[in-house]
Amino acid sequence: MIRYILRRILFLIPVIVGVAFCVFTLLYFTPGDPARMILGDMATEEAIQNFREAEGLNSPFFVQFGNYIYRAVTKGDIGRSYMTKRPVMNEIMQAFPATLKLSFFAILISIVIGIPCGILSAIKQYSIFDTVIMILAMVGLSMPVFWLGLLMIILFSVHLGWLPSSGFDTFSAMILPSLALAAQSISMVTRMTRSSMLEVVNADYIRTARSKGQKESVVILRHALYNALIPVVTLCGLQFGQLLSGAILTESIFAIPGVGRIMVEAIKTRDFPMVQGGVLAIAIVFSVVNLAVDVLYAFIDPRIKAQYK
Amino acid sequence: MDNINKITRNEKLLEINNLTIQYETDSGTVHAVENLNLNLGYGETLGFVGETGAGKTTTALGILRLLPAAVGEIKSGQIMFEGEDLLKKSEAEMRAVRGAKIAMIFQDPMTSLNPVMTVDQQIAEMIKLHKKVSDSEASKLAGDMLELVGIRRERMHDYPHQFSGGMKQRVVIAIALACDPMMLIADEPTTALDVTIQAQVLELMKKLKDTFDTSMILITHDLGIVADICDKVAIMYAGRVVEYAGKRELFTSPTHPYTIGLFNSVPDIDDDIERLNVIPGLMPDPMDLPTGCTFHPRCVHAIPECAERKPETVETSPGHFVACSVLAAKKLEMGGDER
Amino acid sequence: MSVKTKTNGASSNRKQRSGLAEVMFRLKKSPLAMFGLGIIALIVFFAIFADVVAPYKFYAQDLDHMFETPSRAHLLGTDEFGRDILSRLIYGARVSLQVGFIAVSIALIAGGTLGAAAGYYGGKTDNIIMRVMDVLLAIPQTLLAIAIAASLGPGLLNLMIAVGISATPRYARIVRSSVLSIRGMEFIEAAHAVGSSDFRIIMKHIIPNSMAPIIVQSTLGVASAILNAAGLSFIGLGIQPPNPEWGAMLSGGRQYIRDYPHLTLYPGLTIMTTILALNFLGDGLRDALDPKQRR
Repeated sequence: MIRYILRRILFLIPVIVGVAFCVFTLLYFTPGDPARMILGDMATEEAIQNFREAEGLNSPFFVQFGNYIYRAVTKGDIGRSYMTKRPVMNEIMQAFPATLKLSFFAILISIVIGIPCGILSAIKQYSIFDTVIMILAMVGLSMPVFWLGLLMIILFSVHLGWLPSSGFDTFSAMILPSLALAAQSISMVTRMTRSSMLEVVNADYIRTARSKGQKESVVILRHALYNALIPVVTLCGLQFGQLLSGAILTESIFAIPGVGRIMVEAIKTRDFPMVQGGVLAIAIVFSVVNLAVDVLYAFIDPRIKAQYK
Repeated sequence: MDNINKITRNEKLLEINNLTIQYETDSGTVHAVENLNLNLGYGETLGFVGETGAGKTTTALGILRLLPAAVGEIKSGQIMFEGEDLLKKSEAEMRAVRGAKIAMIFQDPMTSLNPVMTVDQQIAEMIKLHKKVSDSEASKLAGDMLELVGIRRERMHDYPHQFSGGMKQRVVIAIALACDPMMLIADEPTTALDVTIQAQVLELMKKLKDTFDTSMILITHDLGIVADICDKVAIMYAGRVVEYAGKRELFTSPTHPYTIGLFNSVPDIDDDIERLNVIPGLMPDPMDLPTGCTFHPRCVHAIPECAERKPETVETSPGHFVACSVLAAKKLEMGGDER
Repeated sequence: MSVKTKTNGASSNRKQRSGLAEVMFRLKKSPLAMFGLGIIALIVFFAIFADVVAPYKFYAQDLDHMFETPSRAHLLGTDEFGRDILSRLIYGARVSLQVGFIAVSIALIAGGTLGAAAGYYGGKTDNIIMRVMDVLLAIPQTLLAIAIAASLGPGLLNLMIAVGISATPRYARIVRSSVLSIRGMEFIEAAHAVGSSDFRIIMKHIIPNSMAPIIVQSTLGVASAILNAAGLSFIGLGIQPPNPEWGAMLSGGRQYIRDYPHLTLYPGLTIMTTILALNFLGDGLRDALDPKQRR
């Protein structure tokens, strides 16, 4: 088991290096001279050349990449913001907790609402309940999160005045953004749970359980559910990634001080190291979450667990 | 086959009278089972023979009332078990019957076991449903059952995927027999297994059948298995029983044209033939069954009456019943007295 | 003796249908899918005939009539520059559909080729390609599109490339797994045995049999491409003003949300309806193409 976990962690490293490579490449090929960006328009040609030498900006591509990795790993330095001139890493670390909190609440809501709805939908397949839930899920999937957020602001903040439309410090401030972000996720989880349940419910071993004279409620809850939820766990891991990127848009709308908002600002001001830094950070978190899901999977599915005993 | 239940000796464990089961699908109604009559005596093993699609599994599921709820419906008939009509029981009463009085073994052992529960848990579940025992006691009994089917007790906490196909089927048998049911329905229990394993599992079933004195309906399409383990045989075609007899009688004098066709199609290793004997034609589409006798389109002996009327059941010798209009007509010619 | 066999006739009522006809038949059974198909057809129509159908040009400003709510002259009102919202939505359909289809085409061709190569040749090729895909998949799709678009700069073409590349790994995976499952089937061995070339085998056997999941994914892919494009435009990447794009319209109207919500309401509604229609259609196609589907 430990071996499995260690192996997965080991595999993670080349993936992260790969992501860093993509990020770095994108940064490298973006038009604009980093030296000029950081030093400003007033800088002399000499100052710029010195800066370029000092930062190694004249070296070949792979040398620069090597430096990038080296600096990132040893000093946590992934560049400087063109705007604030401060290290990207600091800005991100400061902003990350808000993003994580938002995504975390969103996934929690998705699970708490999505799974029961999916189960009920599957059990009552073809009923009115099922149809309504499925249509709602479709609508939830189809609504752009930035629009839903704006709608919620119009309704709950402007017209009803119940909930605040910005900030993230109080509980009431967290409600709207978490819900807006979670809408798509709730739909995905509901649909996945439903289809997984339907598949499981038609399996032979469910028939076996019934033929033992087992009560239907126990058949569903004990036999079907556990099997059906296994793929949903994986889905939640993937959804977290969606939520992280969705958070970018949500933070922008609700003025939440997270990584997303920093990135949107950075896009507007062409502060590319910041943008790419945000991408790298989110990608790393996403990979770690997926790793955790894989490990969890191995614990809950005995077929996988046995492979790695 | 209408009179077999009245003529033969009474005190049957199971009597099915005029059972009709249909499936509703988008493309039409599937007539899976039509006016089926069947019975099983105490301690008997009945071979229920027919091709794929004849309606054997549907009948079995019908007995336990486990048809897929949305599509399968028992339209009419009676299923008398120990003198009571199962079709009139409530769901709660049926649950008390399933597993405790009638147990079933399904065809594919690979998918019949819950992949995330250990085998002892699955056997123990059966035990705890019908017997008032503690968890530890149930676990111990589960271990006993495993040993009975030839699996080492130490393996009780293993998961199904850790067993081979044959061993999985043994676990399935262990579950089925855990509460000592009066009747076991085995739906092609060895079809999905290798030939060598088939023999082992059959041997096990024979041994257990005697140990527990269980009556059994063995669904199969393999006449060899029938010869090995069954006392009586019912041949099923397109939703009906077309011939019913004791094993010896059936093998020595198969009468219905379909049965004869079945026996003829088994190749003899000593025969030097160029082509296999087949029954010409195909089994009919259950949504579009032939009128009259369902076999008439493929039957060499068919007379015009065969397309018009459902065939009557004729008792050609004591306990040997055949559903055939041609035979019925011949009997009338001969004066209509039973031999 | 021969006897006329009679059946009750149900069989002859069910005609044998060709592959495409069978799919259409099954698709018709789902009212939602047909609804989706209808909406998409409508939107495509509007996109193609925008010049004729739209009452105004998308860039036509009318500073005397800014922020107007729906009226006879402007069915959905006007925006902050007095431009007719309905017309801009209609022209925007052109943009969105273009992005959707082209991005998915890019992803299909690039991803499909990579996936097919990986699945067909296996071994090292498979390993290398899939490792690269894994890296791309480690970045959530929308985020990847943002990163690429931020690097390439604004504009329609860059938007299409960014969204297309971000969708590529998914298609690679789907095509690869289709190819793998078919490659193992015996009729491919047979084709080899008869001497067919690799290319021929891929074109004639593997691709036709992999179509079903690809078609479904593509339909849903257009939906997600449109959604991503709108999202990117919303945060300033992608389509630049005055070009009409639904997401950009939402972004533009955002600051006036308290007083003039209709600026954001209609574009959002349009996006949602389009995506919904595509999703319904995609779901319907998935059911219609699945050979195991039975009620």
